Formats: sequence, C-alpha cells, structure tokens
Amino acid sequence: MAIPTMPHTDTVPTAPTGLWSWVTTTDHKRIGILYGVTAFFFFLVGGLEALVIRLQLGAPGNTLVSAEFYNQLFTMHGTTMVFLAIMPLSAAFFNFIIPLQIGARDVAFPRLNAFSYWVFLLGGLFMNASFFVGPLFGAGALSVAPNGGWFGYANLTSAQYSPGPNIDFWVLGLQILGVASLAAGFNFITTIINLRAPGMKLMRMPVFTWMSFVTQFLIITAFPVITIGLVFLMFDRVFGTRFYDVSAGGDVLLWQHLFWLFGHPEVYILILPAMGIVSEVLPTFSRKPLFGYAVVVYSGVLIGVVGWGVWAHHMFSTGLGPIADSVFSASTMLIAVPTGVKIFNWIGTMWGGRLEFRSPMLFAVGFISLFIIGGLSGVMHSSPPADLQQTDTYFVVAHFHYVLFGGAVFGLFAGMYYWWPKVFGHTLREGLGALHFWLMFAGMNLTFFPMHFSGLLGMPRRIYTYGGELGLDTYNLLSTAGALLTGVALLVFIANILVSRRGGAAPGPNPWSAATLEWATDSPPPVYNFSVIPTVKDGLPLWREGGMEPSPLPAVPPEPIHVPGGSIWPLCTAFGIIIMAVGALLHHSLWPSVATALAGALVTVVSIYQWAFEPFEV
Amino acid sequence: MSHAAVAHHTSTGLDNRKVAFWTFIGSECLLFGSLIATYLVYQGRSVSGPTTREILNIPLTSVSTFDLLMSSLAMVLALAAVQRGDRVWARVWLATTAFLGAIFLGFQVYEFQHFVHQGLGFTTNLFGSTFFTLTGFHGAHVFVGVLWLTTLLIRSFQGKLGPEKAVNVEIAGLYWHFVDVVWIVIFTVVYLIQTTPLPAA
Amino acid sequence: MGRAFLRGFRAVPWRVGLLLLTPLLLGACSGDPYPQSTLHPVSDSGSAIDALYRQIFWWAVVVFAVVQTALLVTLIRFRKRPGAGEPRQIHGNTLVEITWTLAPAAIIVAIAVPTVKAIFAVKGDAPPDALHVEVVGHQWWWEFRYPELGIVTANELHLPQGRPVALAITSADVIHSFWAPKLHGKRDAMPGRITRLALMPDSLGTYLGQCAEFCGESHANMRLRVTVQSQGEFAAWVASQTAPPTLPDSSAALILAGEAAYRRIRDPGNHSCIACHTMAGVSGGVLGPNLSHVGSRATLASGILPNDSAGLARWLRDPLAEKPGSLMPKIALTDDEIAALVAYLRSRN
Repeated sequence: MAIPTMPHTDTVPTAPTGLWSWVTTTDHKRIGILYGVTAFFFFLVGGLEALVIRLQLGAPGNTLVSAEFYNQLFTMHGTTMVFLAIMPLSAAFFNFIIPLQIGARDVAFPRLNAFSYWVFLLGGLFMNASFFVGPLFGAGALSVAPNGGWFGYANLTSAQYSPGPNIDFWVLGLQILGVASLAAGFNFITTIINLRAPGMKLMRMPVFTWMSFVTQFLIITAFPVITIGLVFLMFDRVFGTRFYDVSAGGDVLLWQHLFWLFGHPEVYILILPAMGIVSEVLPTFSRKPLFGYAVVVYSGVLIGVVGWGVWAHHMFSTGLGPIADSVFSASTMLIAVPTGVKIFNWIGTMWGGRLEFRSPMLFAVGFISLFIIGGLSGVMHSSPPADLQQTDTYFVVAHFHYVLFGGAVFGLFAGMYYWWPKVFGHTLREGLGALHFWLMFAGMNLTFFPMHFSGLLGMPRRIYTYGGELGLDTYNLLSTAGALLTGVALLVFIANILVSRRGGAAPGPNPWSAATLEWATDSPPPVYNFSVIPTVKDGLPLWREGGMEPSPLPAVPPEPIHVPGGSIWPLCTAFGIIIMAVGALLHHSLWPSVATALAGALVTVVSIYQWAFEPFEV
Repeated sequence: MSHAAVAHHTSTGLDNRKVAFWTFIGSECLLFGSLIATYLVYQGRSVSGPTTREILNIPLTSVSTFDLLMSSLAMVLALAAVQRGDRVWARVWLATTAFLGAIFLGFQVYEFQHFVHQGLGFTTNLFGSTFFTLTGFHGAHVFVGVLWLTTLLIRSFQGKLGPEKAVNVEIAGLYWHFVDVVWIVIFTVVYLIQTTPLPAA
Repeated sequence: MGRAFLRGFRAVPWRVGLLLLTPLLLGACSGDPYPQSTLHPVSDSGSAIDALYRQIFWWAVVVFAVVQTALLVTLIRFRKRPGAGEPRQIHGNTLVEITWTLAPAAIIVAIAVPTVKAIFAVKGDAPPDALHVEVVGHQWWWEFRYPELGIVTANELHLPQGRPVALAITSADVIHSFWAPKLHGKRDAMPGRITRLALMPDSLGTYLGQCAEFCGESHANMRLRVTVQSQGEFAAWVASQTAPPTLPDSSAALILAGEAAYRRIRDPGNHSCIACHTMAGVSGGVLGPNLSHVGSRATLASGILPNDSAGLARWLRDPLAEKPGSLMPKIALTDDEIAALVAYLRSRN
C-alpha cells in the first residue's frame, strides 16, 4: 500500500476530507473528536437508563419495569457510565489536548491511538448489542443484557446462578474495553515522556497533562488485575474451572480482591483528569497562576500511589478482621489529605484573583463545591463500623454520584466549554451554558442529596422496588424529580451545541487569554498543530514575557512538515478482536464458536502484520 | 514533500518504542503477578484431586527451564550480531532462539498431556485451574514470542534486518527476556517451593 | 452575574434542607416511620456504631461549613469588578500549604482513634453465654437456626431483650448480606465462609431488615424482621416453636384436607411441597423454608406478603408473580386446594 499522501498547498499540509479520511485517521485531534462524540452518545444512553431507574423508584411497589429488566438497567447504567462515558470523555481530552499542551505534533503512536478508539467503539456496541439480541439466544428481547451489577460479584455471576449470555457479554465487553485503555496508556505515557517540546520540563507541564500522566500509570497497572479476574470468571463459565467454585475450595472473595484492586485505582482514573481540567480552568478565569503547582502535582501522584493501598475499604462488610479493617481504614483516611490539599489550593488560586464566571468557570467551581460533599461522605465510609451501616445503601450511591457526577462529569463539562473553541473553532453560547450549569447543579443536588437520607434510613442498593412502610417515598420522589431536571439540563447543553454552530465571531487562538501552549496555535489547530515547535521557558508560556520562543508562532510553517497519512489496519485489527469475542460468546455451540474465534484471530493477526509492515512514517 | 529524519528526536533520547515497551512490561508484571498471587493463595486448598507433589516432575522441568535460559543467551547473541551487521550469525542466533522456544513449548505440551493422563485437568481442582491458567498464559506468551522471532528471521532473509533495525530486535529481546524471567519466577514458586504438606506416612 | 449567582446559591440549600428534614422530624413523633433506620439503634453494637457515626458526622459538618464558606467568600470577594487590574501573580505559600495539610491530618487522627476502638468493639466476639443463632442466606429468603434450642425457622428472628446474641452467618448459594439496621451494621453472608455479628438488643419491638448484597432477580424481595421480646415472652416463643406438632382436630375438616393436600400434591414436573419443605412430623425437605410453625409468622415469602389467608392464597396461587425468579414453582392448584392449604398452614403455629 502506497504512502497515502496528505493533501497540501505548496508545502503546507492540510487536513484531508471525506468519510474515508475519518475512518482511517491517525490524527490525535480527529481521534479526540471521535472519542468525544461516541462517549457523549453513551453518556446519553447511560442517562436514559438512569432515568428509567428513577422512574421505577419514584414510588414504592412500582411496576414500570420488571425486576429482571431493572437489574439489567442498573448494571448497564454503571458499566456504561464508567467505561463508555467518563473514561472515553477523558480520553477525548487526552487525545486532543495533551500533544498540544506539551508542544508535540501528535502522540507517539498515531495508529495505536486510532486502534484504541475503534476498539472502544466496537466494544461499546458489542456490549450494548446485548439489549437487542435476546432472540438469537432463545430469549426475549431486552433480556440478555448484563445483569450482575457493574461489579459482577462471584458467585452470582457463575454459570450456575447466571446461566444466560448476560454475564458473557459483560466479561467479554470489559476485556475488549481493557485492550483499548491499555493501548492508550502505553501511548500516552510514551508521548508525555518522550515528545515534549524543548524546554518543556516535567515540572513545567500543565496540570491536566500531569494528572492524565498519573492516570495512564494507574490504567496500565490496574487493568491487568481485572483482566485476570475476568479471565478466571470466563474460564469458570466456559470451561468449568474452579476459581470461584466454593464446592472445590474456591473463594468468592478472590473475585472481590481482584476486582477492587482494579476498582479503586479505577475511581482515581475517573477523577484525576477532571481534577486536571479544573486546575487549568481556575487559573485562566482567576487571571492568576495555580496556587501551589508543585503541591497539586505531588498530591495527584500521591493519590495515585496511595490509591493502590485502599481497595479493601469496599469490603468492610465481608468480615476481614479488625487488623485488616484498621489498616485499610487508615490508608483510606490518609488519602483524604492530598485530596483536601488540592481543594484548598484551588480556592487559593481564586483567592486574590479577578474571577470571571464564564461557563467553564461555573462548572469548575461547581466541581469544587460538589466534590467537597462527595469527599466528606467518603471520609464517613472510611470508618469501618460506620461503613457497616452505609455500604451497599443509597448513602454510598449518594457519595459516588457526588464525586463522579458532581466531580468528574462537572469537570468534563468545564473542559468541554473551555476547549470547545479550540476544537471546533467557535465558542458555546454563554447564556445557555449558564442555564445548563444551574439546571444541572440543581438537578444533581435534588437527585442525590436525598439519597444520603434514604440510605441512612434503610434503603439498600440495587433493589427494583421498596416497601412503603419504610418511610422513604418522599426522598425517592425528590430524587426522581431531580433526575428529570438533570435530563432537562442535558437537553439545554445539546441545544447549545446545535445553536452555537452558526454565528459568533471566530475565537482566534486564545479566546480566554489562557497560559498554556494549546492556546498558542489556531482554533482549530492546523493538521500539523504548530507551525514551529516552540522552545518553552516557563510553565505559563503565554503569560510570561519570553515564556515561549518564537512568540507569536509564525502564521505559516517556515520549513516543510511531514504529517503521517491514515491507515485502515487499526480498524481491521479492532474488528478481528470483536469477531474473536463473538466466537467466545457462542461458547455453548462448540464448532460455530471455534470457527468464529479462529476467523477473528486470523483477521487480527493479518491486520497486525499489515500494520507492522505498511510504510508509515510519524 | 520531504521525509522526516530517520532518527526522531525524543525528550529522553530513548526510542519511543523502547519506552512504550517498558511500560508494557510493567503492565505484564501486574498480569503475571495476579496469576501468581492467585496460585499462591489457592495453594493447598484443593479439596480433591492431585496436587503438586504427586504431579510435578522437577528434573524434567529443570531441563525445559535450562532450555529457556539458553534461548535468552541466543537472543543476546542475535542482537549483538544484528547490531554489528553480521547477517549470517544474526540468522543463526535468531533461528536458535526461536527453535529453543519451540522446544520449551514442546516440553510444556508433553508435560501437560502427561498431567491430564495422571488425572490433573484444567477443571479437576483448584491446583489444576490455577496451574494450567498460569503456565498456559506463560506458554501463550512464549508462542507469540516464537512467532515474533520467526518474523524477524524472515525479515533478515529478505535483507531487511540491518543494523539500522537493531532496535526492533532489541525490543523483541526485551520481550523474550521478560518471558524468561517470568518463567524463572513460576518455576521457583510452583515447582521448587512447594508448601503443600507431605501426605501422612 | 455574581449577585444572582450568590442569591441562587444561598437560597436553595436551607429551604431544601428544611423540606428534607421535615419527614425526619415528623417521623420522630409518630409510630415507627423509619423501621429500617440506622439512626435509631436498639442494641449495644448499634449504639456504638451510631455514636461513632455522629462524631464523624459533626466533623464533616464543620469541615463542610469552613470549606464551603471559604469558597463562597472567595467567589464573592474576588469576582471581577469593572476597572480592576491584573491580580498579584502569586504562585504559592509554603506555610499555608503546611497548615492546610496538617489541619485535615489532625482531624483524620481525631476520627481514626475512635474508629479503631469501635472496630475492635464490634468485631463479632460474643460472651460465652450468648444466644447462638445461625443465619443462612438463600435466594431469596433467610433461614434462622437456633442450634442450642433446636429451632429452625425462616425470615423472622426472635431475640430476647438484654441477652447477648452471637450470629454466625453464611449462605447456601450466592453472596447475600444480613442487615437489620436498628440492631447492627450489615455482615455479608458468603458461601463457604462464616462471618459473625455480636449484639445485645436493649429495646422491645419489631425491626425490619433486608438483604443488602445484590443476589439476583428478587434481591429486593429478600426481607427480614427481628422481634425483640422480653425474656419471658421469648421463652414462650421458644416453647411454642419446639412443641411437637399438634395433630389436626378431626372436626377441622378443612385443615385435614389441607394436610392431605400438602402430602399429596405433585405436579407433572415432579414438584411437590414435601420435596422442598420441612413440616414437623410430615416432611423433611430443605430447599425451602421450614414450615413447621409457619402460622406463627407475621409475614410470608421473606417479608413481602402478610401472613393471612389472602396473602397465603396469593403466594400459593402464583409465587413467581409475587417474587420474580422464585425457586418455588407455580403449581396449578384448584381453589379448593388453596383454601385447604391455607387453613392447614395457618394452623401450624
């Protein structure tokens, strides 16, 4: 296959157009947009699932959905939001922003980057296909989606107690998504270590890049653990191995340890990028640097490292024993300190500043306010005796939604409003942005604050209905109203996207007068990112006299720039992996299963070879 | 349109592929670590079926371990040959490494089917499940390595593995040595340090 | 913009707070509006946990107030005013960093010390004279056994006031979690393992609980209740539970017919009452709850139906409609058979 040439006028490359150029893209900016669009779509799917859940729980003894379908809904809501919405939305920002922030032309491995995206897309479709393919497995429609909870505890997920394909979809889907995340992890670690512009020392990097850097290390160390846990589960289900077989001496807690060894770093994977975004937005709209840059960076690193030592705080009700309880309680309390320090540094950033409450700033401030609440309920959970009343109730549902919705999602919205002009070349409307923020802030609080009460008053998690005698009707009704309000807020955001496409002045390179390198180039950036790779002299290169050379960047590249073309092989390899997964899904029919898996393996291997040997220069 | 310089400048001076590969190895440590930890946690807890003392053949496995170690030596020699542009010895040592890797796999296949004959299958008990999954994952890694080395060997015969491509061989070497080290750990933990109590006299 | 922001932000929380607190405040005055509450403990362990929680809660309130106020003050005081120049470009302050690292650390220590004490206090050791109860979770009902008293029952636990209880908890199938919030925190019920809770109930009453670990289709329907009785009433309950089965009076024709139906019923799929249930003197099945004294229970099907004629009839007619996924199959029964069985089961107390 000949080197696909980039279209160019004279010697300046321009971005190719047309559907095929998107299918074969290896440009981090395009991949970022693909991640963002796809992840936002799944976010809406997860939100719809949440809405149905809340409608079912709006009244006691409700019969809107069956128990079985409800169990699929909350399983898919959790799985979708964690793996198909928040992580890929963060990845959208890793992709678009990190190379720009470090002064690079792309990531270290552009095709591997595309591969991660395609695997994510196909994996998400694979898992959600389960909603529709029930009849292929001799079951009704809407009956074979994963239904074991997003945490899939053994031995409920065993072949004995979950005989259908539901859990197979879940296990295989997660393994596929794991491949995407791992590949991206290797890519971004290499990119951040190796592709920084001259003078971009590690301690000059923007905090978003730093937090994303820590996140990638968490990904590459945590995902292998759940990979093995899932392998054990799949082998038990398909081959009859004994990993979680109690009658053979197996221990159901093995699953919990493996899952939570992954699961706790995972929650830091979910929050650190959003914390990074907030750390960018606040200085820009306070007109002063981040307070305590080094402390904020080290706190992020510390959270990542200590986050490996707290996993059993998800298991306090399993009777670990007083010593284990005490140790994990201590490590969990310890991690509250660097987290709090970050919050104080953010407030310190705004203190003495000149605050402009544009949309990104609203969401960043909202993040801080809501994360404080989520963090405090987290500290309550860190005490095992108290946690025995809180765990597995709506109290913990309140906690993690405050940190994941009030925290991560608000942070991601801050990022969307902040970097929208850079990505798309126009700004989102301020009025609609503020409306979106206030509706979402109110909706989020109305949904989740009452859950602190319903939890402590005795409502467990993962129940499709509850008795009226518990006295929880009003709290549930308030939560349901809040969910509807949140839905309206999302509609306002979508309206904003649609309305903002036309009209409005071009934002130029730096509409917010921000400090970091991505604002030195056009909005949107040219396909080669920077006309020259600048030499960086300061951590706030656009705010410091002489912080960056040359300044400003030349309008046109003075030297010819090589921009790699596209490639179809990342997508083909991704397809091969999905075909192998389908083969595994069919494990009840031996020959169709083996044939499909082998076909998938063949596609994968051939695609990898083509990928390895096609002419492709970065 | 001009082409980019062959050697890309990087912030650390290290090749991107080498940096990426080291992170991959870090991640693989967690993968095998989880498998080994599970093996250790479940040691001695099988309620029925054969266990380590009845099944494992240390002398035989010592031979296959030695074979794998020698393959690492061959790999080192292959890299050195590629780096100095010695096409003949590059091919000899690459072929030797792949061949010794295949021999190791042959030993594994022989050993496993022998265990099955003795009553230890994949699903027999905890020992069977943990042992075969752990060694199976390792064997799969060796298999991928043999394919990789064979590919490099073919490239060499095509005249496309000169000293400028040494980093490709170096990375294959990193992979191969890592797989070897994992085996040393497995051999030590599973075969040599057996803590299952001796059967009563 | 800033003023409106402020008005909105300040106004919402206290009104919502009042709205949310009202049910709680009203509830405190009438019956038991929150029978599954964790905040109104009736045992020593429950009280220890509650006391610890309240300590942590008040620390959290203090931190919340301080930090949110600092945030609010910052937002108001430093919002952009027309004509304001560039603010001072401060990068940090080491003393400030140390202070706001040590302060939370100190609060953490203040929480950690009582936490560790409470961990050891509620770790499940009971004195030797404790009443031993074995709890076995099933999909989707609770088995309670009193080994020293020779009692096997289901879903409703009776405990004597003022006597320590040692619960040994396990599961017959998947992971469940035993949770009676007024009495103690929850403890998971796991197959192949035994976990423990120790507590001493101090107030008479009936307290609700339910399974708190997702265990399949009818996880929401796996409820339980704990009745704490005076020592005398408890002794009477024990006596009635261990009394030999009363043979149905020959004049109670319906009850006799019910016993005959109980023994006889078998559907084409070979499902029968006697295969799954224990009925003292009649059958010894162990897949379903022990029915020897089913008539003495307040509820059916682990708390989802009242144990009266109507409730029993509904359950017998179609268990799967009441409890989705139920392992008790729907057996085609005639109305006469149902009436007879209801009479028989109600007589078994």
